[in-house]
Amino acid sequence: MMNKELLSKQNFPVFDAYPGLAYLDNSATQQKPRQVIEAVNRYYCEENANPLRGLYELSVKATDAYEGARTAVKGFIGAKSEKEIIFTRNASESLNLIAYSWGRENIKADDEILVAVSEHHSDLLPWQILAKQKGAVIRYLECSQSGEYTAQALRKALTPKTKLFAVAQISNVFGRLNPIKEFTDICHENKTVIVCDGAQSVPHIPVDVQELGVDFLAFSAHKMLGPMGMGVLYGKEELLEKMPPFLSGGEMIEYVTREGATYAELPHKFEAGTVNAGGAVGLKAAIDYINELGFEAIERREDELTKLAFEGMKKIPYVNIIGADDPHDHHGILTFTIEGVHPHDIAAVFDSENIAIRAGHHCAQPLHQFLGVQSTARMSLAFYNDEKDIERFVSVLGSVRRKMGYGG
Amino acid sequence: MADNFYGEVLTDHNLHPQHKHELDCATCSQHGVNPSCGDDIVLNLEVRNGIIENGSFTGSGCAISQASADIMLDLIIGKTPEEAEHYKELFMKMISGGITDEELEELEEASALQSISKMPARVKCAALGWRTLETLLNFKEVKNEDINKG
Ligand SMILES: Cc1ncc(COP(=O)(O)O)c(C=O)c1O
Repeated sequence: MMNKELLSKQNFPVFDAYPGLAYLDNSATQQKPRQVIEAVNRYYCEENANPLRGLYELSVKATDAYEGARTAVKGFIGAKSEKEIIFTRNASESLNLIAYSWGRENIKADDEILVAVSEHHSDLLPWQILAKQKGAVIRYLECSQSGEYTAQALRKALTPKTKLFAVAQISNVFGRLNPIKEFTDICHENKTVIVCDGAQSVPHIPVDVQELGVDFLAFSAHKMLGPMGMGVLYGKEELLEKMPPFLSGGEMIEYVTREGATYAELPHKFEAGTVNAGGAVGLKAAIDYINELGFEAIERREDELTKLAFEGMKKIPYVNIIGADDPHDHHGILTFTIEGVHPHDIAAVFDSENIAIRAGHHCAQPLHQFLGVQSTARMSLAFYNDEKDIERFVSVLGSVRRKMGYGG
Repeated sequence: MADNFYGEVLTDHNLHPQHKHELDCATCSQHGVNPSCGDDIVLNLEVRNGIIENGSFTGSGCAISQASADIMLDLIIGKTPEEAEHYKELFMKMISGGITDEELEELEEASALQSISKMPARVKCAALGWRTLETLLNFKEVKNEDINKG
Protein backbone atom coordinates (compact mmCIF):
# COMPACT_ATOMS: atom_id res chain seq x y z
CA MET A 1 0.00 0.00 0.00
CA MET A 2 1.13 3.55 -0.64
CA ASN A 3 2.08 5.75 2.28
CA LYS A 4 -0.77 8.07 1.52
CA GLU A 5 -3.26 5.26 1.89
CA LEU A 6 -1.69 4.01 5.10
CA LEU A 7 -1.91 7.49 6.59
CA SER A 8 -5.60 7.73 5.83
CA LYS A 9 -8.56 7.34 8.14
CA GLN A 10 -10.12 5.07 5.55
CA ASN A 11 -8.25 2.11 7.03
CA PHE A 12 -9.95 2.64 10.39
CA PRO A 13 -13.43 1.08 10.48
CA VAL A 14 -14.50 3.05 13.56
CA PHE A 15 -14.82 6.06 11.25
CA ASP A 16 -17.34 4.16 9.13
CA ALA A 17 -19.48 3.85 12.26
CA TYR A 18 -18.73 7.46 13.35
CA PRO A 19 -18.12 9.32 10.10
CA GLY A 20 -18.17 12.80 11.61
CA LEU A 21 -15.97 12.04 14.59
CA ALA A 22 -12.77 14.00 15.07
CA TYR A 23 -10.94 11.60 17.37
CA LEU A 24 -8.32 13.53 19.31
CA ASP A 25 -7.78 11.29 22.32
CA ASN A 26 -5.03 9.15 20.85
CA SER A 27 -2.85 9.26 23.96
CA ALA A 28 -5.60 7.44 25.81
CA THR A 29 -5.94 4.79 23.12
CA GLN A 30 -5.58 4.72 19.37
CA GLN A 31 -8.13 3.48 16.87
CA LYS A 32 -7.38 0.20 15.10
CA PRO A 33 -6.76 -0.20 11.38
CA ARG A 34 -8.60 -2.91 9.48
CA GLN A 35 -5.32 -4.81 9.06
CA VAL A 36 -5.02 -5.28 12.83
CA ILE A 37 -8.66 -6.24 13.34
CA GLU A 38 -8.44 -8.74 10.49
CA ALA A 39 -5.22 -10.29 11.78
CA VAL A 40 -6.82 -10.95 15.19
CA ASN A 41 -9.89 -12.32 13.46
CA ARG A 42 -7.79 -14.59 11.25
CA TYR A 43 -5.91 -15.95 14.24
CA TYR A 44 -9.14 -16.99 15.95
CA CYS A 45 -10.62 -18.34 12.71
CA GLU A 46 -7.61 -20.27 11.49
CA GLU A 47 -4.89 -20.74 14.10
CA ASN A 48 -6.45 -20.84 17.54
CA ALA A 49 -5.38 -23.43 20.10
CA ASN A 50 -3.62 -23.09 23.45
CA PRO A 51 -0.09 -22.04 22.52
CA LEU A 52 2.96 -23.71 24.10
CA ARG A 53 0.91 -26.70 25.23
CA GLY A 54 -0.56 -28.97 22.62
CA LEU A 55 1.20 -31.69 20.71
CA TYR A 56 -0.79 -31.28 17.53
CA GLU A 57 -0.61 -29.15 14.43
CA LEU A 58 -3.04 -26.39 15.39
CA SER A 59 -1.31 -25.74 18.69
CA VAL A 60 2.01 -25.55 16.89
CA LYS A 61 0.47 -22.93 14.61
CA ALA A 62 -0.82 -20.97 17.59
CA THR A 63 2.61 -21.16 19.23
CA ASP A 64 4.26 -19.93 16.05
CA ALA A 65 1.82 -17.03 15.81
CA TYR A 66 2.45 -16.06 19.43
CA GLU A 67 6.22 -16.41 19.32
CA GLY A 68 6.32 -14.74 15.90
CA ALA A 69 4.84 -11.67 17.55
CA ARG A 70 7.64 -11.74 20.12
CA THR A 71 10.23 -11.77 17.36
CA ALA A 72 8.49 -8.83 15.71
CA VAL A 73 8.59 -6.84 18.98
CA LYS A 74 12.24 -7.74 19.48
CA GLY A 75 13.07 -6.32 16.07
CA PHE A 76 10.82 -3.29 16.53
CA ILE A 77 12.60 -2.05 19.67
CA GLY A 78 16.04 -3.46 18.89
CA ALA A 79 16.30 -5.95 21.77
CA LYS A 80 19.13 -8.48 21.74
CA SER A 81 16.96 -11.55 22.10
CA GLU A 82 13.39 -12.79 22.42
CA LYS A 83 14.22 -13.64 26.02
CA GLU A 84 14.11 -9.94 26.78
CA ILE A 85 10.50 -9.50 25.58
CA ILE A 86 7.84 -10.33 28.17
CA PHE A 87 4.20 -10.11 27.15
CA THR A 88 1.87 -8.51 29.69
CA ARG A 89 -1.61 -6.96 29.62
CA ASN A 90 -0.46 -3.34 29.30
CA ALA A 91 2.21 -0.84 30.33
CA SER A 92 0.77 -0.71 33.85
CA GLU A 93 1.22 -4.45 34.33
CA SER A 94 4.74 -4.26 32.91
CA LEU A 95 5.67 -1.60 35.45
CA ASN A 96 4.03 -3.55 38.27
CA LEU A 97 5.99 -6.62 37.24
CA ILE A 98 9.25 -4.72 37.70
CA ALA A 99 8.17 -3.36 41.08
CA TYR A 100 7.00 -6.71 42.43
CA SER A 101 9.70 -8.92 41.00
CA TRP A 102 12.83 -6.81 40.67
CA GLY A 103 11.78 -4.51 43.50
CA ARG A 104 11.10 -7.24 46.02
CA GLU A 105 14.60 -8.61 45.54
CA ASN A 106 16.54 -5.40 45.22
CA ILE A 107 14.96 -2.64 47.29
CA LYS A 108 15.76 -2.48 51.01
CA ALA A 109 14.88 -0.17 53.88
CA ASP A 110 16.26 3.36 53.41
CA ASP A 111 16.94 2.85 49.73
CA GLU A 112 15.72 5.64 47.49
CA ILE A 113 13.50 5.41 44.42
CA LEU A 114 13.60 8.48 42.23
CA VAL A 115 10.48 9.20 40.15
CA ALA A 116 10.00 12.00 37.63
CA VAL A 117 7.25 14.29 38.93
CA SER A 118 5.33 14.11 35.64
CA GLU A 119 4.92 10.33 35.73
CA HIS A 120 1.60 8.71 34.98
CA HIS A 121 0.09 7.03 38.07
CA SER A 122 0.99 3.68 36.49
CA ASP A 123 4.67 4.61 36.79
CA LEU A 124 4.26 5.99 40.29
CA LEU A 125 1.90 3.86 42.39
CA PRO A 126 3.90 0.61 41.98
CA TRP A 127 6.95 2.46 43.34
CA GLN A 128 5.00 4.07 46.17
CA ILE A 129 3.65 0.69 47.24
CA LEU A 130 7.07 -0.94 46.96
CA ALA A 131 8.64 1.84 49.02
CA LYS A 132 6.01 1.49 51.70
CA GLN A 133 6.49 -2.26 51.94
CA LYS A 134 10.25 -2.02 52.14
CA GLY A 135 10.62 1.14 54.19
CA ALA A 136 12.30 2.81 51.23
CA VAL A 137 11.93 6.45 50.29
CA ILE A 138 10.30 7.96 47.17
CA ARG A 139 11.91 11.12 45.86
CA TYR A 140 10.84 13.23 42.93
CA LEU A 141 12.83 14.68 40.10
CA GLU A 142 11.26 18.01 39.25
CA CYS A 143 11.02 19.60 35.84
CA SER A 144 10.62 23.19 34.71
CA GLN A 145 7.09 24.60 34.34
CA SER A 146 7.32 23.72 30.67
CA GLY A 147 8.20 20.10 31.44
CA GLU A 148 11.93 20.07 30.82
CA TYR A 149 14.18 17.75 32.82
CA THR A 150 17.90 18.42 32.88
CA ALA A 151 20.85 16.09 33.25
CA GLN A 152 22.19 18.44 35.88
CA ALA A 153 19.10 18.10 38.06
CA LEU A 154 19.22 14.33 37.69
CA ARG A 155 22.88 14.22 38.76
CA LYS A 156 22.02 16.27 41.81
CA ALA A 157 19.02 14.13 42.72
CA LEU A 158 20.87 10.81 42.61
CA THR A 159 22.49 9.64 45.82
CA PRO A 160 24.42 6.47 46.64
CA LYS A 161 21.09 5.13 47.95
CA THR A 162 19.16 5.66 44.71
CA LYS A 163 18.46 2.17 43.41
CA LEU A 164 15.99 3.03 40.68
CA PHE A 165 14.91 5.94 38.51
CA ALA A 166 11.52 5.85 36.77
CA VAL A 167 10.82 8.25 33.92
CA ALA A 168 8.68 8.38 30.79
CA GLN A 169 10.38 8.90 27.47
CA ILE A 170 7.46 11.14 26.47
CA SER A 171 5.13 12.49 29.17
CA ASN A 172 1.42 12.07 28.49
CA VAL A 173 0.80 15.66 29.61
CA PHE A 174 3.71 17.65 28.12
CA GLY A 175 4.45 15.48 25.09
CA ARG A 176 8.09 16.44 25.46
CA LEU A 177 10.82 13.94 24.59
CA ASN A 178 13.19 13.33 27.49
CA PRO A 179 16.91 12.71 26.84
CA ILE A 180 16.76 9.08 27.96
CA LYS A 181 20.18 8.05 26.68
CA GLU A 182 21.86 10.78 28.67
CA PHE A 183 19.79 9.88 31.74
CA THR A 184 20.75 6.23 31.37
CA ASP A 185 24.46 7.03 31.32
CA ILE A 186 24.12 9.18 34.43
CA CYS A 187 22.10 6.49 36.23
CA HIS A 188 24.52 3.74 35.34
CA GLU A 189 27.50 5.71 36.61
CA ASN A 190 25.61 5.74 39.90
CA LYS A 191 24.66 2.03 39.66
CA THR A 192 21.01 3.08 39.47
CA VAL A 193 18.59 1.01 37.41
CA ILE A 194 16.56 3.06 34.93
CA VAL A 195 12.95 2.19 34.08
CA CYS A 196 11.61 3.91 30.98
CA ASP A 197 7.85 4.26 30.47
CA GLY A 198 7.49 4.09 26.70
CA ALA A 199 3.68 4.15 26.59
CA GLN A 200 3.64 7.51 24.73
CA SER A 201 6.92 7.24 22.84
CA VAL A 202 6.95 3.79 21.25
CA PRO A 203 3.84 4.59 19.13
CA HIS A 204 5.31 7.83 17.76
CA ILE A 205 9.10 7.69 17.44
CA PRO A 206 11.65 4.95 16.69
CA VAL A 207 12.81 3.46 19.99
CA ASP A 208 15.93 1.32 20.18
CA VAL A 209 16.55 -0.15 23.62
CA GLN A 210 20.22 -0.89 22.97
CA GLU A 211 20.84 2.63 21.78
CA LEU A 212 19.02 4.07 24.82
CA GLY A 213 20.68 1.56 27.13
CA VAL A 214 17.69 1.48 29.50
CA ASP A 215 17.30 -1.46 31.86
CA PHE A 216 13.53 -1.74 31.41
CA LEU A 217 11.01 -0.37 28.93
CA ALA A 218 7.22 -0.69 29.26
CA PHE A 219 4.51 -0.03 26.67
CA SER A 220 0.96 -0.93 25.61
CA ALA A 221 -0.25 -2.30 22.28
CA HIS A 222 -3.52 -0.38 22.41
CA LYS A 223 -1.79 2.99 22.18
CA MET A 224 -0.04 1.96 18.96
CA LEU A 225 -2.87 0.68 16.72
CA GLY A 226 -2.92 -2.70 18.47
CA PRO A 227 -5.57 -4.45 20.55
CA MET A 228 -6.36 -3.79 24.22
CA GLY A 229 -5.15 -6.29 26.79
CA MET A 230 -1.70 -6.61 25.31
CA GLY A 231 1.47 -5.02 26.66
CA VAL A 232 5.20 -5.42 26.59
CA LEU A 233 7.96 -5.37 29.14
CA TYR A 234 11.46 -5.22 27.79
CA GLY A 235 14.18 -6.03 30.33
CA LYS A 236 17.88 -6.67 30.00
CA GLU A 237 18.44 -10.40 30.02
CA GLU A 238 20.94 -10.35 32.91
CA LEU A 239 18.39 -8.53 35.10
CA LEU A 240 15.39 -10.66 34.09
CA GLU A 241 17.43 -13.82 34.62
CA LYS A 242 17.93 -13.00 38.32
CA MET A 243 14.36 -11.89 38.99
CA PRO A 244 11.80 -14.17 40.66
CA PRO A 245 8.55 -14.86 38.80
CA PHE A 246 5.77 -12.30 39.14
CA LEU A 247 2.67 -14.47 38.81
CA SER A 248 2.72 -18.24 39.05
CA GLY A 249 0.76 -21.05 37.47
CA GLY A 250 0.78 -23.01 34.25
CA GLU A 251 3.35 -22.49 31.52
CA MET A 252 5.91 -20.75 33.68
CA ILE A 253 7.40 -23.86 35.24
CA GLU A 254 9.95 -26.42 34.24
CA TYR A 255 9.33 -29.02 36.86
CA VAL A 256 6.91 -29.14 39.76
CA THR A 257 6.97 -31.47 42.78
CA ARG A 258 4.88 -31.46 45.94
CA GLU A 259 7.53 -29.31 47.57
CA GLY A 260 8.30 -26.75 44.93
CA ALA A 261 9.11 -25.98 41.34
CA THR A 262 11.85 -24.94 39.03
CA TYR A 263 10.87 -22.17 36.72
CA ALA A 264 10.77 -22.05 32.98
CA GLU A 265 13.39 -20.20 31.01
CA LEU A 266 12.95 -16.60 29.95
CA PRO A 267 10.66 -15.17 28.78
CA HIS A 268 8.05 -17.77 29.82
CA LYS A 269 9.05 -17.53 33.46
CA PHE A 270 7.04 -14.30 33.55
CA GLU A 271 4.03 -15.45 31.55
CA ALA A 272 1.90 -17.57 33.86
CA GLY A 273 -1.26 -19.17 32.54
CA THR A 274 -2.80 -19.11 29.09
CA VAL A 275 -1.45 -16.19 27.12
CA ASN A 276 -3.18 -13.57 24.96
CA ALA A 277 -2.21 -15.03 21.60
CA GLY A 278 -4.85 -13.05 19.69
CA GLY A 279 -3.51 -9.88 21.29
CA ALA A 280 0.05 -10.79 20.34
CA VAL A 281 -0.99 -11.39 16.74
CA GLY A 282 -2.76 -8.02 16.72
CA LEU A 283 0.33 -6.33 18.11
CA LYS A 284 2.44 -7.88 15.37
CA ALA A 285 -0.01 -6.61 12.74
CA ALA A 286 0.22 -3.14 14.30
CA ILE A 287 4.02 -3.28 14.13
CA ASP A 288 3.81 -4.39 10.50
CA TYR A 289 1.53 -1.44 9.76
CA ILE A 290 3.89 1.01 11.45
CA ASN A 291 6.93 -0.50 9.74
CA GLU A 292 5.29 -0.34 6.35
CA LEU A 293 4.40 3.28 6.88
CA GLY A 294 7.75 4.05 8.49
CA PHE A 295 8.48 6.34 11.42
CA GLU A 296 9.81 8.99 9.11
CA ALA A 297 6.37 9.39 7.55
CA ILE A 298 4.59 9.08 10.90
CA GLU A 299 6.75 11.71 12.56
CA ARG A 300 6.53 14.09 9.60
CA ARG A 301 2.74 13.83 9.51
CA GLU A 302 2.22 14.13 13.27
CA ASP A 303 4.63 17.05 13.46
CA GLU A 304 2.75 18.82 10.66
CA LEU A 305 -0.63 18.35 12.37
CA THR A 306 0.75 19.32 15.80
CA LYS A 307 2.12 22.54 14.32
CA LEU A 308 -1.21 23.35 12.68
CA ALA A 309 -3.08 22.83 15.96
CA PHE A 310 -0.49 24.66 18.05
CA GLU A 311 -0.53 27.73 15.81
CA GLY A 312 -4.31 27.83 15.78
CA MET A 313 -4.42 27.57 19.57
CA LYS A 314 -1.83 30.31 20.02
CA LYS A 315 -4.08 32.76 18.18
CA ILE A 316 -6.81 32.39 20.80
CA PRO A 317 -5.93 34.75 23.65
CA TYR A 318 -7.53 32.90 26.55
CA VAL A 319 -6.00 29.49 25.74
CA ASN A 320 -2.98 28.49 27.77
CA ILE A 321 -0.88 25.60 26.40
CA ILE A 322 0.99 23.52 28.98
CA GLY A 323 4.60 22.71 28.09
CA ALA A 324 7.06 23.75 25.43
CA ASP A 325 6.68 26.80 23.23
CA ASP A 326 7.78 24.89 20.15
CA PRO A 327 5.16 22.58 18.61
CA HIS A 328 7.94 20.21 17.59
CA ASP A 329 8.44 19.40 21.29
CA HIS A 330 4.84 18.23 21.74
CA HIS A 331 4.71 15.00 19.73
CA GLY A 332 1.00 15.31 19.06
CA ILE A 333 0.07 16.05 22.69
CA LEU A 334 -1.40 19.49 23.41
CA THR A 335 -2.58 19.95 26.99
CA PHE A 336 -4.28 23.24 27.74
CA THR A 337 -6.55 25.30 29.93
CA ILE A 338 -9.08 27.99 29.03
CA GLU A 339 -9.38 30.93 31.37
CA GLY A 340 -12.60 30.70 33.36
CA VAL A 341 -13.80 27.35 31.98
CA HIS A 342 -13.41 24.06 33.83
CA PRO A 343 -11.75 21.35 31.65
CA HIS A 344 -14.74 19.02 32.03
CA ASP A 345 -16.94 21.73 30.57
CA ILE A 346 -14.43 22.22 27.75
CA ALA A 347 -14.56 18.51 26.89
CA ALA A 348 -18.37 18.55 26.98
CA VAL A 349 -18.51 21.46 24.54
CA PHE A 350 -16.17 19.56 22.19
CA ASP A 351 -18.29 16.43 22.55
CA SER A 352 -21.37 18.35 21.49
CA GLU A 353 -19.45 19.13 18.26
CA ASN A 354 -18.45 15.46 17.80
CA ILE A 355 -14.83 16.00 18.76
CA ALA A 356 -13.30 13.64 21.33
CA ILE A 357 -10.74 15.15 23.70
CA ARG A 358 -9.75 14.31 27.26
CA ALA A 359 -10.13 16.37 30.42
CA GLY A 360 -9.06 15.79 33.99
CA HIS A 361 -5.73 15.08 35.63
CA HIS A 362 -4.70 12.49 32.99
CA CYS A 363 -3.57 10.10 35.72
CA ALA A 364 -0.82 12.54 36.68
CA GLN A 365 -2.09 14.22 39.85
CA PRO A 366 1.31 14.99 41.40
CA LEU A 367 2.22 16.82 38.18
CA HIS A 368 -0.96 18.90 38.28
CA GLN A 369 -0.23 19.79 41.90
CA PHE A 370 3.28 20.76 40.81
CA LEU A 371 1.89 22.94 38.01
CA GLY A 372 -0.66 24.45 40.37
CA VAL A 373 -3.73 23.48 38.33
CA GLN A 374 -6.56 21.16 39.34
CA SER A 375 -7.05 19.70 35.92
CA THR A 376 -6.45 20.35 32.25
CA ALA A 377 -7.89 19.49 28.86
CA ARG A 378 -5.83 17.53 26.34
CA MET A 379 -6.02 16.91 22.62
CA SER A 380 -3.74 14.20 21.32
CA LEU A 381 -3.45 13.31 17.68
CA ALA A 382 -2.13 10.47 15.56
CA PHE A 383 -0.98 10.25 11.95
CA TYR A 384 -4.45 9.23 10.75
CA ASN A 385 -5.99 12.51 11.86
CA ASP A 386 -6.28 15.11 9.14
CA GLU A 387 -6.27 18.88 8.62
CA LYS A 388 -10.06 18.96 8.85
CA ASP A 389 -9.99 17.43 12.37
CA ILE A 390 -7.51 20.07 13.46
CA GLU A 391 -9.41 22.92 11.85
CA ARG A 392 -12.61 21.83 13.55
CA PHE A 393 -10.77 21.52 16.85
CA VAL A 394 -9.38 25.05 16.61
CA SER A 395 -12.69 26.50 15.52
CA VAL A 396 -14.60 24.93 18.44
CA LEU A 397 -11.83 25.97 20.81
CA GLY A 398 -12.43 29.53 19.71
CA SER A 399 -16.12 29.25 20.59
CA VAL A 400 -15.85 27.60 24.02
CA ARG A 401 -15.96 30.76 26.12
CA ARG A 402 -18.88 32.16 24.15
CA LYS A 403 -20.76 28.88 24.55
CA MET A 404 -20.12 29.05 28.28
CA GLY A 405 -21.84 32.41 28.45
CA TYR A 406 -18.92 34.82 28.27
CA GLY A 407 -19.63 37.80 26.08
CA GLY A 408 -17.51 38.61 23.01
CA MET B 1 -21.79 12.77 20.94
CA ALA B 2 -24.09 14.49 23.43
CA ASP B 3 -26.14 17.60 22.84
CA ASN B 4 -24.77 20.86 24.09
CA PHE B 5 -26.34 21.17 27.51
CA TYR B 6 -24.86 24.55 28.33
CA GLY B 7 -28.02 26.59 27.91
CA GLU B 8 -28.52 30.10 29.20
CA VAL B 9 -29.91 29.02 32.58
CA LEU B 10 -26.81 26.98 33.29
CA THR B 11 -24.18 29.42 32.03
CA ASP B 12 -25.92 32.31 33.77
CA HIS B 13 -26.00 30.60 37.16
CA ASN B 14 -22.37 29.59 36.67
CA LEU B 15 -21.05 33.02 35.73
CA HIS B 16 -23.36 35.11 37.93
CA PRO B 17 -24.32 32.96 40.90
CA GLN B 18 -26.62 34.69 43.36
CA HIS B 19 -25.81 32.50 46.32
CA LYS B 20 -22.06 32.11 46.01
CA HIS B 21 -20.74 33.94 49.06
CA GLU B 22 -19.91 33.41 52.72
CA LEU B 23 -22.83 33.23 55.16
CA ASP B 24 -22.04 34.64 58.60
CA CYS B 25 -25.43 33.77 60.04
CA ALA B 26 -25.22 30.09 59.00
CA THR B 27 -26.40 27.57 61.56
CA CYS B 28 -24.76 24.66 59.78
CA SER B 29 -22.23 24.03 57.02
CA GLN B 30 -21.01 21.03 55.10
CA HIS B 31 -18.09 20.37 52.77
CA GLY B 32 -18.74 18.33 49.60
CA VAL B 33 -16.20 17.12 47.02
CA ASN B 34 -15.94 15.09 43.85
CA PRO B 35 -12.37 13.86 44.27
CA SER B 36 -11.91 12.65 40.72
CA CYS B 37 -12.85 15.93 39.06
CA GLY B 38 -11.95 18.39 41.79
CA ASP B 39 -15.40 19.94 42.29
CA ASP B 40 -15.28 21.29 45.80
CA ILE B 41 -17.99 23.24 47.62
CA VAL B 42 -19.05 24.27 51.11
CA LEU B 43 -22.80 24.55 51.58
CA ASN B 44 -24.11 26.82 54.34
CA LEU B 45 -27.66 26.96 55.66
CA GLU B 46 -29.39 29.14 58.19
CA VAL B 47 -32.25 27.09 59.58
CA ARG B 48 -34.50 28.80 62.12
CA ASN B 49 -37.94 27.78 63.35
CA GLY B 50 -38.14 24.96 60.89
CA ILE B 51 -37.47 27.14 57.85
CA ILE B 52 -34.38 27.40 55.68
CA GLU B 53 -34.13 31.15 56.09
CA ASN B 54 -30.98 31.56 54.08
CA GLY B 55 -28.30 29.60 52.29
CA SER B 56 -25.09 30.02 50.35
CA PHE B 57 -22.17 28.11 48.89
CA THR B 58 -18.49 28.73 48.25
CA GLY B 59 -15.90 26.74 46.37
CA SER B 60 -14.90 25.88 42.85
CA GLY B 61 -15.58 23.35 40.14
CA CYS B 62 -17.08 22.87 36.73
CA ALA B 63 -20.00 24.93 35.46
CA ILE B 64 -22.45 22.11 36.09
CA SER B 65 -21.50 21.68 39.76
CA GLN B 66 -21.52 25.41 40.44
CA ALA B 67 -24.70 26.27 38.56
CA SER B 68 -26.53 23.30 40.04
CA ALA B 69 -25.70 24.40 43.60
CA ASP B 70 -26.88 27.94 42.87
CA ILE B 71 -30.14 26.73 41.31
CA MET B 72 -30.68 24.40 44.25
CA LEU B 73 -30.40 27.25 46.74
CA ASP B 74 -32.95 29.26 44.72
CA LEU B 75 -35.36 26.38 45.16
CA ILE B 76 -34.91 25.62 48.85
CA ILE B 77 -34.49 29.01 50.50
CA GLY B 78 -37.70 29.85 52.33
CA LYS B 79 -38.78 26.21 52.42
CA THR B 80 -38.88 23.65 55.24
CA PRO B 81 -36.26 20.89 55.45
CA GLU B 82 -38.98 18.41 54.44
CA GLU B 83 -39.70 20.38 51.31
CA ALA B 84 -35.99 20.55 50.56
CA GLU B 85 -35.81 16.79 51.01
CA HIS B 86 -38.63 16.39 48.52
CA TYR B 87 -36.83 18.55 45.92
CA LYS B 88 -33.68 16.55 46.48
CA GLU B 89 -35.53 13.34 45.74
CA LEU B 90 -37.03 14.81 42.58
CA PHE B 91 -33.64 16.05 41.42
CA MET B 92 -31.98 12.68 41.98
CA LYS B 93 -34.84 11.07 40.08
CA MET B 94 -34.36 13.49 37.22
CA ILE B 95 -30.63 12.91 36.78
CA SER B 96 -31.07 9.17 36.92
CA GLY B 97 -33.50 9.57 34.03
CA GLY B 98 -36.78 8.53 35.68
CA ILE B 99 -38.89 11.63 36.20
CA THR B 100 -42.43 12.44 35.06
CA ASP B 101 -43.35 15.70 33.31
CA GLU B 102 -45.30 17.03 36.33
CA GLU B 103 -42.44 16.30 38.67
CA LEU B 104 -40.06 18.01 36.27
CA GLU B 105 -42.17 21.15 36.39
CA GLU B 106 -41.84 21.28 40.18
CA LEU B 107 -38.09 21.53 39.80
CA GLU B 108 -38.38 24.86 37.94
CA GLU B 109 -34.96 26.00 36.68
CA ALA B 110 -33.26 22.86 37.97
CA SER B 111 -35.02 21.04 35.14
CA ALA B 112 -32.48 22.67 32.80
CA LEU B 113 -30.07 19.99 34.03
CA GLN B 114 -32.25 17.11 32.86
CA SER B 115 -30.04 16.20 29.87
CA ILE B 116 -27.14 15.50 32.25
CA SER B 117 -28.79 12.14 32.87
CA LYS B 118 -27.40 11.12 29.47
CA MET B 119 -23.82 11.90 30.51
CA PRO B 120 -23.01 9.44 33.31
CA ALA B 121 -19.60 11.03 33.90
CA ARG B 122 -21.19 14.38 34.75
CA VAL B 123 -24.09 13.21 36.93
CA LYS B 124 -21.94 13.51 40.04
CA CYS B 125 -21.12 17.13 39.15
CA ALA B 126 -24.81 18.03 38.96
CA ALA B 127 -25.54 16.11 42.15
CA LEU B 128 -22.74 17.54 44.31
CA GLY B 129 -24.79 20.38 45.85
CA TRP B 130 -27.75 18.10 46.42
CA ARG B 131 -25.67 15.34 48.00
CA THR B 132 -24.13 17.91 50.32
CA LEU B 133 -27.62 19.15 51.16
CA GLU B 134 -28.65 15.58 51.94
CA THR B 135 -25.92 15.37 54.57
CA LEU B 136 -26.98 18.68 56.09
CA LEU B 137 -30.63 17.67 56.25
CA ASN B 138 -29.61 14.79 58.47
CA PHE B 139 -27.85 17.11 60.93
CA LYS B 140 -29.23 17.26 64.45
CA GLU B 141 -29.50 21.05 64.29
CA VAL B 142 -31.66 20.89 61.20
CA LYS B 143 -33.87 18.14 62.56
CA ASN B 144 -34.04 19.70 66.05
CA GLU B 145 -35.16 23.01 64.62
CA ASP B 146 -37.80 20.99 62.99
CA ILE B 147 -39.06 19.59 66.30
CA ASN B 148 -38.93 23.03 67.94
CA LYS B 149 -41.19 24.53 65.35
CA GLY B 150 -44.33 22.85 66.77
C1 LIG C 1 2.81 7.77 30.05
C2 LIG C 1 1.86 6.63 30.32
N1 LIG C 1 2.27 5.60 31.06
C3 LIG C 1 1.48 4.55 31.32
C4 LIG C 1 0.19 4.50 30.85
C5 LIG C 1 -0.66 3.33 31.20
O1 LIG C 1 -0.98 2.58 30.10
P1 LIG C 1 -2.01 1.38 30.25
O2 LIG C 1 -3.27 1.97 30.79
O3 LIG C 1 -2.17 0.86 28.86
O4 LIG C 1 -1.40 0.39 31.18
C6 LIG C 1 -0.28 5.56 30.07
C7 LIG C 1 -1.66 5.53 29.51
O5 LIG C 1 -2.59 6.15 29.88
C8 LIG C 1 0.57 6.65 29.80
O6 LIG C 1 0.14 7.70 29.08
